[in-house]
Amino acid sequence: MTRKDSSLSRRHVLAGAAAGAAVGSLGLPAILGAQPAAIKVGILHPVTGPLSYSGTQARAGAQMAIEEINAAGGIKSMGGARLEALLADAQSRPDVGAAEVEKLNEAGAAAIVGPFASGIALATTQAAARHGIPHIVDVGVVDQVVTRGLANTFRFGPGLKTIVDTAIGNLIKINEGAGKPARTVMIVHEESAFGSGMATTLNAELPKHGFEIVETIKHANPTRDFSNIVLRVQARKPDLLIPSNYYDEYVLFARALQQQRVAPKAIYSILGGGASSYKFLKEFPQAASYVMDCNHWFDPRKAQALALKEKTEKRNLFFTYEVFLNYSCVYLLADALERAGNARRDAITAALAASTLDRHVMPYGPTRFVNGQNTGAQPVTTQILDRDIKVIFPLAFASGNVVYPIPERLG
Amino acid sequence: MLDPIILLPAAINGLTMGAVYALVALGLTLIYGVLHIINFAHGSLLMVGLYGAFFLHRAGLDPYLALVVMVPALFFTGYALQWSVIGKASHGSDQNILLVTLGASIVIENLALYFFSADTRTIDTPYSFEMIDLGVALVPLPRVIAFAAALVLAAVLWFLIARTDLGRAIRAVAKERQGARLVGIDVDHIFAMSFGIGTACLGAAACLLLPMFYVSPHVGHVFVLVAFTVVVLGGMGSFSGALIGGLLIGVTESLGGLLLGESLGQMGIFLIFIATLMFRPSGLFGSRLS
Repeated sequence: MTRKDSSLSRRHVLAGAAAGAAVGSLGLPAILGAQPAAIKVGILHPVTGPLSYSGTQARAGAQMAIEEINAAGGIKSMGGARLEALLADAQSRPDVGAAEVEKLNEAGAAAIVGPFASGIALATTQAAARHGIPHIVDVGVVDQVVTRGLANTFRFGPGLKTIVDTAIGNLIKINEGAGKPARTVMIVHEESAFGSGMATTLNAELPKHGFEIVETIKHANPTRDFSNIVLRVQARKPDLLIPSNYYDEYVLFARALQQQRVAPKAIYSILGGGASSYKFLKEFPQAASYVMDCNHWFDPRKAQALALKEKTEKRNLFFTYEVFLNYSCVYLLADALERAGNARRDAITAALAASTLDRHVMPYGPTRFVNGQNTGAQPVTTQILDRDIKVIFPLAFASGNVVYPIPERLG
Repeated sequence: MLDPIILLPAAINGLTMGAVYALVALGLTLIYGVLHIINFAHGSLLMVGLYGAFFLHRAGLDPYLALVVMVPALFFTGYALQWSVIGKASHGSDQNILLVTLGASIVIENLALYFFSADTRTIDTPYSFEMIDLGVALVPLPRVIAFAAALVLAAVLWFLIARTDLGRAIRAVAKERQGARLVGIDVDHIFAMSFGIGTACLGAAACLLLPMFYVSPHVGHVFVLVAFTVVVLGGMGSFSGALIGGLLIGVTESLGGLLLGESLGQMGIFLIFIATLMFRPSGLFGSRLS
């Protein structure tokens, strides 16, 4: 089901009223120029079902960008045309996501932004390709999203291979920088394509760099109890623990580690559900202390990013990667519309393919799409230091200095 | 890979987790065993209890003290739900009851999604990280409390059903509805009381679960299938069956996780479910009520 989000802001109403009053006072006939038609943008996320938290956050990020763009005068090359969000819910299911694309097509969406999860993105990009709808993928890290030759698909964030390669590269630098204190590694990952794919790559790559993987544990979603996994971690005593799970499981796992006083030299997550989360930090500051994570993150040096963080928090939302990635994706689309000068799908697709946007909040540099992948996109490594999430790698974007091996965390 | 040193601690973990399953299943066995309602709203009502305990904690009330609020609150919720919605809308047909509870669960979950958002919430209490040293294993204090509470709750429910007039009336309704009506028992009231007591158990389960788990609009799904398995394994309507079934399921899941891997370990739960249905459909302890 799609829903129009076309409410006027107070600023627009006041501006319109003031303009009307001015025209009236001049005694001119009250005939205003025709307003350009709004540009319909499909905002497609899983806002119900198991992924609803991420979907809701993602939708909020996209909506904040649309509000800003409209408040700043819309798409200027199209006479100030406003963006109109067509809100769609994939219900955390790929088939529903694909069906929503059909509805968005019927509703006349010029482009689609979303849909967070890889599994849904595989379905929605394909459905959008049938109608030639340009589809900006916000997260959807699985590499197949952009390797199927779909000309309409543009992924703004990095893919899984880039993320894992970067994570391993940063881990090696951190370990070497401290005199290689860590040698043994244990991986705890969730069982879907995302966690399993990551575990396979880590098992293949880490031994090449002198690490010994002592055990890899896969767990179901949901897992109600992590006690036994923690028992196994205790028995193995790895130097390094690499978790890769969704948020709910990450919280239970981190809590169990804290309860059983497990103290590896580092906890280094890759796309860890909670490790780059202000919510996790707020609720479990001790369990979160010194945890590192290689994940999507904003550029802490950009004023626009900090302003967005403040704005998000004012809305009582946590500033998660879903928010700032979707915010940036809408700006990417707006930039393409400016350059295309019309809302034809093929024109937007061509403009996206030639995009060099640098007005986003990510640590990426200007966008450059090759086969639909933004080649400038990269994850960063963060660490929870002084009750805040700091970027520690790459150094060019760093806002804190890595603490490794980590000190004992008080229980 | 199986490490023999961790077998005993894993079994203890399984027992404490099993007690949590038993807590959720005790209410269900009453509703399922007496009313023969396949209550799809059981998980959603657990979620309501968890949110209640969560917001009471936010208001400054410890989850264990919140028991005195949540148990009566959930009792009245359950009573009202059965009296005014399920009983009336089902028109005495089991298929209707099934659909009504399924509908109720969808409505409750979506209301939670609307009012509380999809956000996962947790609480931090001074005792969340307290551990009890059992010699062979360190067990979190909230789990030890949940284990003891499951034993107490099962005993209280047994006493209620076996030794009180209300219990006799419930058993009479379970055995012969028409006959119970003929001897002057208000069957509709007994149905609502049973549903209310079953739901009150969820209020207790929620308060005991919150210090060690999270709450979100979908949290009920995490427990409801396991609860049905526990009820079938223990025997419909049997409280001791629900308790022992819960503990068995907990240990099976825990040791299954060690032997087969954490991902496949949960398969053991459902193998037990199928095996029970095939070879002992009345459950380990049969049906004590009907």
